[in-house]
Amino acid sequence: MTTIGKKLLRFSFVVLAVTAITFLMVNILPGDVSYIIGGETATSEDIQDIRKDLGLDRHIVVRYVAWMGRVVRGDLGESYLSHEPVLDAILRRLPVTLELLIISQFLALLLALPAGIISAYRTNSFVDRLISIGGFATISIPSFVMALVTIYLFSIQLRWLPATGYTPFFEGPWANIKSFLLPALSIALIEWVVLMRVLRSDMITTLQQNYILMAKAKGLPPWKVLIQHALRPSSLTLITVFGIQIGRLLGEAVIVETIFALPGIGRLLINAIYARDYLIIQGCVLLITIGYVTINSVVDVLYVVLDPRIRTETPNAG
Amino acid sequence: MPANAVKARLGVTFWLAVLWLAVVAVSAATADWWALPAFDRMDWDNLSALPGTQKSDAVLQNGGELEQRKYIYRLGTDTMGRDIVSRLIHGARISLAVGLLSPLIGFFLGGLLGCLAGYFRGRFEYLIVASMDIILAFPGLVLLLVITFYLGPTLKNLVMALGFLTIPAFSRVARARTLALSDLEFVQAARLTGAGNLMILVREIIPNVLIPLSIYGLLVVAFMIMAEGALSFLGLGVPAPTPSWGGMIAEGREVLDEAPHVSMIPAGIMFLTVLSFNLIGDGLRNFAERRTSQL
Repeated sequence: MTTIGKKLLRFSFVVLAVTAITFLMVNILPGDVSYIIGGETATSEDIQDIRKDLGLDRHIVVRYVAWMGRVVRGDLGESYLSHEPVLDAILRRLPVTLELLIISQFLALLLALPAGIISAYRTNSFVDRLISIGGFATISIPSFVMALVTIYLFSIQLRWLPATGYTPFFEGPWANIKSFLLPALSIALIEWVVLMRVLRSDMITTLQQNYILMAKAKGLPPWKVLIQHALRPSSLTLITVFGIQIGRLLGEAVIVETIFALPGIGRLLINAIYARDYLIIQGCVLLITIGYVTINSVVDVLYVVLDPRIRTETPNAG
Repeated sequence: MPANAVKARLGVTFWLAVLWLAVVAVSAATADWWALPAFDRMDWDNLSALPGTQKSDAVLQNGGELEQRKYIYRLGTDTMGRDIVSRLIHGARISLAVGLLSPLIGFFLGGLLGCLAGYFRGRFEYLIVASMDIILAFPGLVLLLVITFYLGPTLKNLVMALGFLTIPAFSRVARARTLALSDLEFVQAARLTGAGNLMILVREIIPNVLIPLSIYGLLVVAFMIMAEGALSFLGLGVPAPTPSWGGMIAEGREVLDEAPHVSMIPAGIMFLTVLSFNLIGDGLRNFAERRTSQL
């Protein structure tokens, strides 16, 4: 009970701190949304009126508390420019970013699992070195370059996949998946390396355990030993890293969404920053922070589920 | 044991990486002295020209306006007819400056906070770890975008913003290392001889944290070069006409189908540079580990 309470307290503290910092940062910096709404011909009186209408003339602390008060009741406000409710704008774009992240993580795991297992099983072999070199190469390519390389290869040279554009899932599931493959691949080709490396090093440790020797002695084929006995205890660090990576992934998502013209959260956020559309920025940051903290909490719980040894230390936590 | 039989050495790839970085660093430092067209000199007859294209009346950066001579665009020109070699060499200055300077902020601030947190433990440690959690949960790109967009994309702002974001990573490494060191005999011995906290930190802990932290720093350098490239690519890096690798890659995007070299050559140079930092960092880490395991 107390552990959950402590976690919730920390959770809310991080969310409050991050949103407050964003609020402060976006508001103290020069430039103001009222100049954009007013246009170039606006006089300083017009600007004052717009500021009064939007409530921007109030003190920053008052505004933050008022915003937080409304957020708690589920009201994120509306965009200063399009007057669309912030929650609607976010919910409309969230599926795109989620799909991008899910497909990219799937592809990353698809690469990392076999590569990590093989290189741990055959340490210092030719294959292990090849995988290690491949890892070094792809981790040294930033996602925006990877995006251009995949566009050049698969879209310009081979003409297999579209370079940009987005089809909603219900208008054409296959076209939808196709529009996500290149952006997801650009992210996955970077992410898989970290996953592969932690899996490899944990797996090497696991393979030296007695119960693996036991399984081998029973005459189980190597793939059975690796997948049924060694993979689960070796995936603890992998899962933690998976959680930590989410924060970075969102950064990559912004860049990749921009290059491939995907209408996701990343582009919403970038456009809002350009337009100084404060409430959209606040809404996106709130969502990203809650997402990040939630995923990391889920990772903590998964840790307990996967490793019985931790469960025995805190008997009431499970 | 095969593990002990492998001698602690750095290997060919390590030295190749060092060599490459030396070439990039020397070119960047001497960029103004080369017999090259100026990085912003446009040549309307040779837009997106292929590598090896010749020009008979080129004006070079350190010659007078009237002095024209034969010049070969060894790596071609970009979409505005500017020499790619010249832009790469001048762009290396931005990439190296951001890549090397911003981790220094994380190295000193994060490293110090991490050592203090790991040494003093308790409330203070909790405070540091909690604030690092906040920075980690904060979407870093928002900070970068806001800083460069509102305060102006100057080199100083870029370095400060990127550097700030590296603080939590460095502090984690420093804290973990300090925690491990605090229980070792030589620290206990120092304490028993009556050394104060400050003395133990400065004489025993920090010297032993510095090397692993610097090695880790090399990997951060690699990451920062990519981050600067991404910002330039989004149009939020150091503004034109100052060339930067990310900006060059972005400019070549429109001609990716007819003239892929405009994007791919700077992309390749950035790749080799980032790869070199990664290889050097990894090589030194293995080297340090083997050295300690041989003791």
